[in-house]
Amino acid sequence: MNDARPNSNHFQKLIDRGVPRTSAARVRIDRAFSIICLGITLIAVLALALLLASILIEGFPGLSWSFIERYASRIPDQAGIKAPLFGSIWVASICAIVALPVGVATAVYLEEFAAKNRVTNFLRINISNLAGVPSIVYGILGLTLFVRMFGLFGPIQNPSFEIGGETFAIYYDSTGEPLRVPVTSRNETPSLTTGSIGYIQDVLDGPDGELIFTNNWTPIPLTIVNGDTEFTPAYGVISAIDVVEPIDYEIQKPWYYVQFPFGQTVLAGGLTLMLVVLPVVIISSQEALRSVPRSLRAGSMAMGATRLQTVFRVTLPASIPMIMTGAILAMSRAIGEAAPILVLGVALFITDVPQSLMDAFTVLPMQIYNWTSRPQEEFRALAATGIIVLLVVLLAFNAIAVLIRQKFSRPLQ
Amino acid sequence: MSPTSPTGTRPPMPSTNAPEPRNRGTTVVALPPHVNPVEPTNPPEVCIRCRSLNSWYGDLQALHSVGLDIPKNRVSAFIGPSGCGKSTLLRWFNRMNDTIPSARAEGEITLDGRDLLDPRCDVVDLRRRVGMVFQKPNPFPKSIFDNVAFGPRLHRRYSRLDLESLVEQSLRRAAIWDEVKDRLDQSALGLSGGQQQRLCIARAIAIGPEVLLMDEPCSALDPRSTAAIEDLIRNLRDQYTIVIVTHNMQQAARVSDRTAFFYNGALIESNETDLIFTNPAHRETEDYVSGRFG
Repeated sequence: MNDARPNSNHFQKLIDRGVPRTSAARVRIDRAFSIICLGITLIAVLALALLLASILIEGFPGLSWSFIERYASRIPDQAGIKAPLFGSIWVASICAIVALPVGVATAVYLEEFAAKNRVTNFLRINISNLAGVPSIVYGILGLTLFVRMFGLFGPIQNPSFEIGGETFAIYYDSTGEPLRVPVTSRNETPSLTTGSIGYIQDVLDGPDGELIFTNNWTPIPLTIVNGDTEFTPAYGVISAIDVVEPIDYEIQKPWYYVQFPFGQTVLAGGLTLMLVVLPVVIISSQEALRSVPRSLRAGSMAMGATRLQTVFRVTLPASIPMIMTGAILAMSRAIGEAAPILVLGVALFITDVPQSLMDAFTVLPMQIYNWTSRPQEEFRALAATGIIVLLVVLLAFNAIAVLIRQKFSRPLQ
Repeated sequence: MSPTSPTGTRPPMPSTNAPEPRNRGTTVVALPPHVNPVEPTNPPEVCIRCRSLNSWYGDLQALHSVGLDIPKNRVSAFIGPSGCGKSTLLRWFNRMNDTIPSARAEGEITLDGRDLLDPRCDVVDLRRRVGMVFQKPNPFPKSIFDNVAFGPRLHRRYSRLDLESLVEQSLRRAAIWDEVKDRLDQSALGLSGGQQQRLCIARAIAIGPEVLLMDEPCSALDPRSTAAIEDLIRNLRDQYTIVIVTHNMQQAARVSDRTAFFYNGALIESNETDLIFTNPAHRETEDYVSGRFG
């Protein structure tokens, strides 16, 4: 160190030996780079703005309350989006209710409890891999696992295992109204005999909008006997005494009705989307847990908290905001997915809102896809309107999640 | 001794001063902890007894045959350069080393006669009896009240009223009550560093420990906060057995009754603090406390 001074002249010469770069040129390049970056950003923003503008221009005129209130129709003017809207809400809710606890529990296990060994490393790597699997693959998995259940419980149309449903044999009366006869299983043919029955009441719209009730049919005595139980339908009559085979069977499904296999039902759809988003939820929850400082865990453990107490009292509360952020992104993806639902083979023409977990459904992206593939121009406009509804639903889900996140994160600041 | 320098930020000991005993571990074990004749006439009760303790992180041996007694209701200070094993020893006293998978120990540590290294030892109960304060204040991202109530809620169920008085008493003992009594429901992260550290002490004493371990509790604090913590340690010494790890020798001299000097994983010397600083028995101790290295 003491001999630094004699060499200082030489040292300065060494520094000066480099070829100078003019600072003006560097500043120009710096400025040019920032302009290029701005341009690239603008391209992306402009593309998005164009897309949104074209959708709004095409779809906004069709947006009305009746569009949201109506069901599917072959006539564009009559078509609405109620069934897929509610279908999407049902499916997304099921997806969130299942994916969040399962995903967070998995992340907690991997981050807080699992030893770091080959098996858990293998698990971690493969969960990351799963996040990159195309969603259509999960659709096929959902089809096998939930819709068909490997065929273990018979075909979808005639499930071998049902709980909670009431089965009816369906006949039609002389006016074409369906007449439901309770039976115990789908294969049972009720025995029918004559008896007495009431009358049909018609409800007509009056000229000034009031309702007119008319009795337009003289009752024919008729009783329907099925096994030991004798009953009288509320109205209507079957057209011929000798009809024995029911025209169809129908199952009335209270909300707790379950069948195996699930078939193309809301539950199967929600669980399939759960498969799609689960890896994303797990990974983002892991990141969230990892972001909690080790010192907080140490502080908790040093006071005699068990690992479980530490997880529930320190680690999870501190990471909830980040977990929610991950969940928001995952749910947005789930709501926008059409491919896995398409693979499940759900019906496109749904004219009812799901009432139970075992009802048929469709989702917004499916309906939009369906409309865009129609030849008529009017349906394309409907698709644009549908996209607006889809975007609103997405924004609504995000807003709810942001509110939850803010509520949880307040004590952190 | 291999010529590798002690790890950490401290510069290595100058080569002229390097101690040369080949087998430091055994040399030290030969030294009983109370070797000095100037003992108090009434020797204090031993709280933690440590005998021939060896500890490893993986293949790296961090402690070599440490034998040491921690007297009850006194302040004991561990001093020594970074990487000398003083924190490792401290973290065995409440088994916090369990959280490091590669850490293991052989030997004997007893607390009131119970073996702490026994695998059947109830770690939860041990940590309730042996509280710890960390180098960096680590309040939970909760309210001040919830921070102090955290420990009590872990181990027992309290009525709201009892919990409130318990929190108040803990904060009073930690000499921070007057500063926070009007903002108990606000986040603990809004406190200054020194206040946070006193809150952590309040949090630690709220579960009624017998021993308080402090791992460099003032190294992240400014001088004024450091003085407040030192006052607090002096006030708490009657009720708790306190073990403090520190890099600050003046601090050790100010707050502790006994001081243990560690170097390269071995206990060099342990004695009354006055004697360590005025009349150390070992050359290394003298060099260290006089600031010649470290």
